[in-house]
Amino acid sequence: MLAACGLESAEGLFAHLPEGVRLKEPLALAPGISEYEIVDYFRSCASENANGYASFLGAGVYAHYRPVMVDTVISRGEFLTSYTPYQAEISQGTLTTIFEFQTMICQLTGMDVANASMYDGSTSVPEAALMASRITGRNRILAARTVHPEYREVLRTYARYGRLSIEEFEYAPDSGTLNLEDLEAKMDDQTAAVIIQSPNFFGIVEDAKAAAAIAHERGALLVVVFTEAVSLGILQPPTDADIVAGELQSFAIAPSYGGPYAGIIATKERFIRQMPGRLVGETLDSRGARAFCLTLATREQHIRREKATSNICTNQALIALMATVFMSIYGKQGLRELAEQNLAKAHYLANKLKRRFTGPFFNEFVAPAGGIPPDTINRSLLKKKIIGGLPLARWYPELKECALLCATEMSKREHMDEVVNAFLPASQTT
Amino acid sequence: MTYPENFRYTKEHEWVRVEGDLGVIGITNHAQQELGDIVYVDLPKPGTVVEQGKSLGSVESVKAVSDIYSPVSGEVVEVNESLGQSPEQLNQDPHGTAWLVKIRLSAPDQLKGLLSAADYQAYVGAES
Repeated sequence: MLAACGLESAEGLFAHLPEGVRLKEPLALAPGISEYEIVDYFRSCASENANGYASFLGAGVYAHYRPVMVDTVISRGEFLTSYTPYQAEISQGTLTTIFEFQTMICQLTGMDVANASMYDGSTSVPEAALMASRITGRNRILAARTVHPEYREVLRTYARYGRLSIEEFEYAPDSGTLNLEDLEAKMDDQTAAVIIQSPNFFGIVEDAKAAAAIAHERGALLVVVFTEAVSLGILQPPTDADIVAGELQSFAIAPSYGGPYAGIIATKERFIRQMPGRLVGETLDSRGARAFCLTLATREQHIRREKATSNICTNQALIALMATVFMSIYGKQGLRELAEQNLAKAHYLANKLKRRFTGPFFNEFVAPAGGIPPDTINRSLLKKKIIGGLPLARWYPELKECALLCATEMSKREHMDEVVNAFLPASQTT
Repeated sequence: MTYPENFRYTKEHEWVRVEGDLGVIGITNHAQQELGDIVYVDLPKPGTVVEQGKSLGSVESVKAVSDIYSPVSGEVVEVNESLGQSPEQLNQDPHGTAWLVKIRLSAPDQLKGLLSAADYQAYVGAES
């Protein structure tokens, strides 16, 4: 098996893990110790994990509060252990929650139809690109450089041995919004979709209407991506999009080292046949009562094999249920208030710092670190149990002196003021 | 339902009727019976060049999605748009109002290789 992977030893399988977190010797457990002692050992190890830290790290994964009700509901055996609801007659509970999920995603995004969920936001994007390719019969994709860099990496991975070709267009260096001139110049009649993100990777709200006009002019579709679902509580729904692809981690899904999360795809009704993934529909049972079942399944892989609309024929039912419970708890007004708190806190923090871009922002913004390397600032913050912003050099060499900061409803003023002090050491009182 | 004498047929259950230099293409009565209730038809855009034996679209019933294989080569000049709103026509009148596309024949000789109504009738009789 190692030979098939092109590796020489089992060690090679773990080569991607940083040295610091790899265990080089067997666990230091004495032979023959009791279960009680083993549990005790791991409890004491777990207490070394980071607890009680304030986080200003966003960039696709956000520190939001998770209402306790969420785990109470999803821990019920009926949800926790349920299998794919192929058999409608024994799966009405699961099917009902998925139908509710789809309905709420439509209300949030202003689209006509949403599927039962995708693996996560990053894989929703290439699925949206492939969908646009099927609809238009074209293969070229134009993605904004302000779409999450890791989402663009996943898009390129999908494209690598497939039919799509991916090109990118620039952002405006002052505002941090889409460079519409660059987009217009790069458009052609082979472009299937223009992909933008709003709020974009820099936290800035984009002009989706203008991007839609440019895309539609040349017969291409507009895909609008979001990573911060809470923004939908206060921003206009992305109704200029033909396809909306997004990530729901903000809706009561714990960061958990990067997953599992739940993604969404929503679209207009006329594109429903080209939508990937599972879909639950409303129908009537044999007695005429309201009931739910999987629908349009003939497009899917378990029936159509290699001719399926897409290679995703599952969904993130349990994780999507977290988001469903979250949306039910907050409701429309609650989500708006939550978004307002995020907006207010991020703007409080931004007003005390310099901003790199002038575009309107939601709960994230790019701050120049004033000559101090962002990593140095983060190290000093970490000593105060504060996780700083994301240094942008890794993906945007032109922004190597900047960090992407995020404030949410969880951000306390005292911690925000510490961040300000770390960025502006001159104003620091000792 | 009888199979019109002036049509030519394929073993994949499509028919073609010649109209000047155009071939009108549809699926047979046998095909719609086997598929059951048809709920959606996916057809190419006008201007698409199709090849004999290659897929030109698909037809979806409550049971399955099946490819439609073009009986002849040529360029699609017209698509039956009414099927978008009412695909059930394919169950009701597969040899008439529910034609799928009109193709400008690029190789009319291909028609000679297709089945006659009698041959097709015998073929589906044997198949079923």
